[in-house]
Amino acid sequence: MNITLTLIAQALVFAAFIWFTAKFVWPYVLRAIETRQKTIADGLAAAEQGHRSLELSTRQADEAIKEARNRAAEILGQAEKRSAQLIEEAKVAAKEEGSREKATAKAEIEQEVARARELLREHVAELAVAGAEKILRREVDARAHAQLLEEIKRQF
Amino acid sequence: MAAGTYNNPGEYIEHHLTFFAKPVGEDGFWTLNVDSLATSIILGVIGLGSIWWVVRGATSGVPNRRQAFVELLIEFVDDQAKGIFYQGDRSKFIAPAALTVFVWVVLMNAMDLLPIDMITIVLGWFHLHEWRPVPTADVNTTFALSMSVFVLSIYFAIAVKGLGGWLHEMFCAPFGASPLLWPANLLFNLVEYVSKTLSHSLRLFGNMYAGEILFLLLWLLAATSPAGTLFAILLGLGWAIFHILIVLLQAYIFMMLTIVYISMAHEHH
Repeated sequence: MNITLTLIAQALVFAAFIWFTAKFVWPYVLRAIETRQKTIADGLAAAEQGHRSLELSTRQADEAIKEARNRAAEILGQAEKRSAQLIEEAKVAAKEEGSREKATAKAEIEQEVARARELLREHVAELAVAGAEKILRREVDARAHAQLLEEIKRQF
Repeated sequence: MAAGTYNNPGEYIEHHLTFFAKPVGEDGFWTLNVDSLATSIILGVIGLGSIWWVVRGATSGVPNRRQAFVELLIEFVDDQAKGIFYQGDRSKFIAPAALTVFVWVVLMNAMDLLPIDMITIVLGWFHLHEWRPVPTADVNTTFALSMSVFVLSIYFAIAVKGLGGWLHEMFCAPFGASPLLWPANLLFNLVEYVSKTLSHSLRLFGNMYAGEILFLLLWLLAATSPAGTLFAILLGLGWAIFHILIVLLQAYIFMMLTIVYISMAHEHH
């Protein structure tokens, strides 16, 4: 339990050890740790950056998709409108065409009827004239009564 | 207990508490405790040398296990220094000093866990019959550490505040600058310095010395009978496990107080 020269010797040893640690141990470790910390910090910053740009591009993609969807809906609406319009036009055109054909047919029929009537009239007139001729052959001079006959024929 | 070499328990304990003291002068002061010195130097060289060996190849990339362990230790010490020391660059002195203290004191304390009689037998082959393997159970070692810290704290106090500033503080703090209070301030500061240094060293010494004595008593119990041996083994195991805590805790406390005292020397009052 005596205080001896050992104390001074130990103090010198202690000083030497502190010097050794401060000079040869501490700086190496600190450099390694600080470099690694910087690397990790950089990595984290890069990850953060990547995260942010991912978010940004996701948002952009969302916007593009939304825009495309709107555009598609617009095109679809236009197409529907156009088709409805086309159908309507076709209907109108068909109706017009139908009525025109009907009118043509009617006119033809009327023409046909008129011609038939004309024909009939001529036939009847000839028949009547032929009949009258037969009756009158004996007593009527065809030449003298031609004017009269022509008049009768016109009256039919 | 090396069988047959001791006549009574007192002799056994006395033998194990005797330093390998080598006189280098006439007075009682002029002796060297070779055992404390040699053990502490060997342990310091092993501890700090192996840390140096690991960190020499330190990579800033992914560390291997050895390096990770050393970094853990160093960051632990650095965190403690960071929490206490604000006045300047801690990497310059205080943190490496704290690391030195911690590693060295842990290793010296841990010598308590070695089986004392085996050491005696092995060293006996080399005719080293008196050898105390725990340097921190020697007041010379603990006082060497605490007085080094004392000297450092005075050195830093003067280096930071100047000789005038330090003397002013010695006379004018903590009670006040009135000349009437100078003696009281000086006395207070001297008592503080002395008590800090004494408690710093004696706390460590007392713990390690008590641990050593308790082990010796247990090994005395082991020599009484087979039942005593069994009990001594169980109790010795229990005490050794508890002592691991004391070894680390005392080294930690010693390191923290070293940081605190040197930091206090940097503070202006």
